[in-house]
Amino acid sequence: MLYREAGQFKTSYAADMAVFPIRQDRIALWLLLAFVFIGIPLLANFQIWPFGSEYLLRAILVPFLILSLAAIGLNILTGYCGQLSLGSGAFMAIGAYCAYKFGTGVNIPLFGLALSIPPLPVLPSILLGGLMAAIGGILFGIPSLRIKGLYLAVATLAAQFFFDWVFARVQWFTNYTSSGSVNAPQLEFFGLFVNTPIERYMLCLIFVVVFAMLAKNLVRGNLGRQWMAIRDMDIAAELIGIRPLYAKLMAFAISSFIIGVAGALWAFVYLGSWEPLAFSIDRSFQLLFMVIIGGLGSILGSFLGAAFILVLPILLDQVPHALGIPVSVETVSLLVFIVTGALICWLLIVEPHGFARLWATAKEKLRLWPYPY
Amino acid sequence: MILLGQILEVLISGLLSGVLYSLVALGFVLIYKASGVFNFAQGAMVLLAGLALVRSLDFVAAQGFPMWTAIILGLTFAAAVMTLSAYVIERFVLGPLVNQDGLTLFMSTIGVTFVLEGLAQMVFGAEIYPLKLFPTDAWFLAESIFPGGILLNKLDVWGGLIAGVLVAGLAVFFQRTKTGRALRAVADDHSAAQSVGIPISWIWFVVWLVAGLVALVAATVWGTKLGVQFSITFLALKALPVLIIGGFTSVPGAIIGGLIIGAGEKLAEVYLGPFMGGGIEYWFGYVLALVVLMFRPQGLFGERIIERV
Repeated sequence: MLYREAGQFKTSYAADMAVFPIRQDRIALWLLLAFVFIGIPLLANFQIWPFGSEYLLRAILVPFLILSLAAIGLNILTGYCGQLSLGSGAFMAIGAYCAYKFGTGVNIPLFGLALSIPPLPVLPSILLGGLMAAIGGILFGIPSLRIKGLYLAVATLAAQFFFDWVFARVQWFTNYTSSGSVNAPQLEFFGLFVNTPIERYMLCLIFVVVFAMLAKNLVRGNLGRQWMAIRDMDIAAELIGIRPLYAKLMAFAISSFIIGVAGALWAFVYLGSWEPLAFSIDRSFQLLFMVIIGGLGSILGSFLGAAFILVLPILLDQVPHALGIPVSVETVSLLVFIVTGALICWLLIVEPHGFARLWATAKEKLRLWPYPY
Repeated sequence: MILLGQILEVLISGLLSGVLYSLVALGFVLIYKASGVFNFAQGAMVLLAGLALVRSLDFVAAQGFPMWTAIILGLTFAAAVMTLSAYVIERFVLGPLVNQDGLTLFMSTIGVTFVLEGLAQMVFGAEIYPLKLFPTDAWFLAESIFPGGILLNKLDVWGGLIAGVLVAGLAVFFQRTKTGRALRAVADDHSAAQSVGIPISWIWFVVWLVAGLVALVAATVWGTKLGVQFSITFLALKALPVLIIGGFTSVPGAIIGGLIIGAGEKLAEVYLGPFMGGGIEYWFGYVLALVVLMFRPQGLFGERIIERV
């Protein structure tokens, strides 16, 4: 009754092609944006439950936003272009370490000539980190021109293991610290310092909203359609004149750029100080889960998947404690493992297309409510 | 002569440790061949089999039974556990997912990996359990030709022998038995096999069972080498480059891929490693596999990929 587009006439092509063609969707989106940009900071400021607790902002919302961003990046590659990748952790690591290098000054000794760049501010370092990840993505994307499907997935593991090794062994990247762990520089944007959880949250939010809008518009455009054609059948796409070299490598570059920026944010904003282990293969699998559980080929799905995969273990951790059952920490962590695995299997069985499909079905149902035919 | 002896030693130990990777890769190949599922859970199955074996063996031995009885009872118990897990996986995970695409099936096996890892450690314990089924001391060969001889680990030789017997046994099973023929039919075409009356869920159960038993064999060797512990699941990741070099669908490919990766990895580590800061064993296999794939996208022995529009 509420969610029905009767009476909304489109009088121009622009209106017909809008991202959200239905007015109720637009209103809901503006309300959501108003809530996350104004509501949450206000609630946090006045210590109103549940946003008063720093824990929620620091340990749930900030990682949720950053991992959603990474999931959007992976979704472009896997969901839209159909190239399965298990190397996203490596691209996050490239983003993080290169941003760190740019933030603390690059010094490359080259045949006696020292190429050096002075320390850059945080924002350009993060973006340059993303750019380096994009270059890495293009290099490791070249095999995708010959290899497909699961073979490609295993081939992308080469990137994961290679960069794990590079950042653990090549001390140049960690500025020769003895422990191998590095500290993020002070976060300063145009004279503003980002320190408290709420400021960190706002910073991540801005990045996520900007990149989500960019990604959404990209996948609706020329390039996005080329990607989808390649995903659906690459030979047929080639026959109708899509250049696989350009389209596939663009997908690798853009996806790795976004993942690299997410990696830099993860290191700078969420972790603060980190070791190569923070970007291990487990991270790659976590991202892939988010994309598949959320829905391949859906920007919204990236958010839903990230929320589910991130929040589920945290909630499961609390359950035995809340019920007052005495179990050891070790048992709880194993239980979380088992339940997560079982839930993933169950979700894949009941809805192989992920939460995004459930959402679409719900919207269809809502349009007919309360008189379904 | 010393250099030649050294190279030979590295090469032989590399080849033999490659065969040990093949033991894990075989399980992958079996399941992929018969059901098109890329079974990421193979490493977790090795862990489960190893834990079931070592814990029951210790338990029986503690009751005062002789060693041989304990080993036989332990192996029987571990085989029973693998049978049960094969049944459960087929019945509750893969059965309902029939006709989904490869990616979904792959993700579901990662889910299975989590469950198996969690359950195995919860039921059997999460520590390092030493397993002593094979001798682990070393032989020195050809001492008259090379000074110091060539060092050869007995366990690696045992692993090679077992892999050989296993491959021969699997070849006979696939070629000569009725079930094996049905398996090949299912691998060729699911629906055609179903329409001539081959019960597909039974066949898949058999495949997972065989893969589970292969995992048990791998667990006996690897458990003796490293002790049965959680890190054994990472073997799955080590076996992947072996798998793509050999091709997902080829049993001999898994062995040859193992030999190539094992030898390449060890030679690179010993002769290239010092120039690159060491530890290149960690990724060398993957990069080698990547290079092979650039020239043969289906691996060395994989079936030719034919695509039609």
